[in-house]
Amino acid sequence: MLSRVADSLYWMTRYLERAEHTARLIDVNLTLMLDESPLSADRRWQRVLMGLGNPPDFVWNGDADALANLITFDASNPCSIRSCIMLARENARQVREQISSEQWQQLNRLYHEVTRSYSGNMTDTQPSEFLQAVITGSHLFQGVTDSTMNHGEGWRFIQLGMYLERASATLVLLSVYTQEFWSQPDGNMEGNEYLEWIGLLRSCTAFEAYRKVYTNDVNPERILEFLLLNEENPHAVRHAIDCVQAALEAIQGEAGKRRAAPLRRIAGRLQAALQFGQVPEIIEQGVGTYLKDILRQCEEIHTNIYQIYIHYSIETALAG
Amino acid sequence: MTSIGSLNPLDSPAFANYFLDAAYDEMFSSGGAVRPPYAPLIENFLAMSQDELKRRKHSADVSFLNQGITFTVYGRNEGTERIFPHDLLPRLITHSEWLHIEKGLTQRITALNLFLRDIYHEGRILADGIVPRELVFSCKHFRRQMRGLQVPRNVYIAVVGTDLIRLQTGEFVVLEDNLRVPSGVSYMLTSRMVMKRIFPQLFRRCHVRSIEHYSQSLLSTLRSLAPEGRPEPTVVVLTPGVFNSAYFEHAYLARQMGIELVEGRDLVTHDNIVYMRTTNGLRRVDVIYRRIDDDFVDPLAFRSESTLGVPGLFNAYRAGNVTLSNALGNGVADDKALYAYVPQIIKYYLGEDPVLNNVETYLLTDRAQRQHVLANLDKLVVKAVGESGGYGMLIGPHSSAEQREDFARQIEADPRNFIAQPTLNFSRAPCLIDEHLEPRHVDLRPYVLFGDKVTIVPGGLTRVALRKGSLVVNSSQGGGSKDTWVLNE
Repeated sequence: MLSRVADSLYWMTRYLERAEHTARLIDVNLTLMLDESPLSADRRWQRVLMGLGNPPDFVWNGDADALANLITFDASNPCSIRSCIMLARENARQVREQISSEQWQQLNRLYHEVTRSYSGNMTDTQPSEFLQAVITGSHLFQGVTDSTMNHGEGWRFIQLGMYLERASATLVLLSVYTQEFWSQPDGNMEGNEYLEWIGLLRSCTAFEAYRKVYTNDVNPERILEFLLLNEENPHAVRHAIDCVQAALEAIQGEAGKRRAAPLRRIAGRLQAALQFGQVPEIIEQGVGTYLKDILRQCEEIHTNIYQIYIHYSIETALAG
Repeated sequence: MTSIGSLNPLDSPAFANYFLDAAYDEMFSSGGAVRPPYAPLIENFLAMSQDELKRRKHSADVSFLNQGITFTVYGRNEGTERIFPHDLLPRLITHSEWLHIEKGLTQRITALNLFLRDIYHEGRILADGIVPRELVFSCKHFRRQMRGLQVPRNVYIAVVGTDLIRLQTGEFVVLEDNLRVPSGVSYMLTSRMVMKRIFPQLFRRCHVRSIEHYSQSLLSTLRSLAPEGRPEPTVVVLTPGVFNSAYFEHAYLARQMGIELVEGRDLVTHDNIVYMRTTNGLRRVDVIYRRIDDDFVDPLAFRSESTLGVPGLFNAYRAGNVTLSNALGNGVADDKALYAYVPQIIKYYLGEDPVLNNVETYLLTDRAQRQHVLANLDKLVVKAVGESGGYGMLIGPHSSAEQREDFARQIEADPRNFIAQPTLNFSRAPCLIDEHLEPRHVDLRPYVLFGDKVTIVPGGLTRVALRKGSLVVNSSQGGGSKDTWVLNE
């Protein structure tokens, strides 16, 4: 597969996953905000911004609608949902002949839907409806991708983009929440705090799944375990890294193992850490430091993928 | 066919705005009777209610949009893609008409190919004084770098899209040979797909010949041109990238053929071998179906500022390690001034009379012809020889005095750069305009493939000048398209 194509496929889903994640985060917080004081709304939006990794041009100035608008519709802001979907489509367009027609049509439809529903004002539109459409559109794309595209190398790069983005997004969100609410994990939770933790789970579409495993007993340690170390929860970091590792193994094949040695080491070590890690150890080590370290390793995986498969030098390729 | 009975369709309200005049009408004979092949078609359309027609038109449009069958309009930000305007009524070509076209195109491409081989090698036709030397060497598409270069199988023109028009007499004539990077074939293929979905019954009734094997034929044509000693050649499509107006087509063809679509930045050359960068390292490339103009192919050999091309590609080509299709320097044979000599070229190489005639053409380098043209600018069409896409053109009867003066000045300054032709009243076909059927001018661009043999899929792109009275069919100038149905015997 062409390196350029792998690059586009990777970013296509990475952007789409980002759009979906942002949409869900906004949707969850808009809902939570409905019965809240202005003061806590203030903190909430700051938290949302941090959860999005503090995009450079976003400043919280007290106007929730304006901010929601900026994050959702603003085409000049490269992190907005609209921009992410545009970029996802632009990447798909670059590799139009590599993806299935169904995938292209689904993404194209989502793009037209997003650009059409923009009225310039968040309050005029039905935000929830719009955000849900983005989430559903992204889900549909994932389904269409799995059922219409060959599960070959291209599909593996799609998986890489999606799961690395997901792992990073979950890690950033976890950092924000644990930093703010970890203060007294064993003590009794206030009503608000309880809502916040549920908000976190919802932001990762993991609330229902969590309840099935742990009942409705909302407990930060368990949430940390569920979003970080759970093997089966598709939004857990461990699950995402398992998928990343599977994709990498498939891309390497037997022949490419030697070439990919540094990548194999980093990804394998991260997978093992998440597989065998335990929450009490993590707490002992310091949750914030731990999360930061995992996030750094995800970035390292990304860098190595690019060095080995996308931006390698001609000299090394001809020598090998 | 007789079920229309005594009722003349021209009397129905759908045809209220219809008119017949001296121009050949594709659907009606000059007396107003429906031409027999069109009978099932017209019957079918008249039987449909307005709402039904609208619904089908809408479903066709949506299908084009969702498939991303769009072309790029330059200079706009968000809406850079538009769907190609598409008319619902197909244009029909009978079996015998098609046989004639096929024969004529085969003859023409064979002769033009021999011509290119000749002028880049011995130059016999120039020595024999059939084609003036200065006409060839003054052509801006002549590539001296191609002199003496051996191209595989001596095939310069692997892919052609020849523009035909139909005169008042019903005769098909050649308006233009596109021998460089002809486009539009994807519209032919996709519009057929959409039409089949929207009018399945009609399609069956009309016994239309299939065009679906086009991409397969294209691939085997390209494979047959691989350098020697490469039995399993790797073929790629080279595109300028997503911002090119024909990008959809490049991607479409690559996908249909199941080969890689590469950009210049995907290719590297080393020791005169061309490779593409893959996730699995470098992979050798044997045949490049290039959709980039000559000038931009290789910054080392041609325009040095090109970022679309591949440095070193031309040397690899010269060394015979990679095939470029079409060959470079083909533009000299589809130069509009050279066009006037194609009948002589056919005669010279093949000893035959042309099957498909040319349009009468005035060469402005000739003093007498130039005087005649300058005196009759209001009746003639003047075209710049190197332009395409409907640019650089003066249509005499539709022009203003200033425009004519402007062209007269340009002609005097550089007569080699222009030719003139009579304003042609070429054929019209009914199109669905709002709620009525109205006649619009159409041309026909069949696609010819030439590798180890000549292949012409029975069909083509019928382009329509959608603006009322317009004679310009180019998509950049308000043109649209129709599906073209070549009928079985």
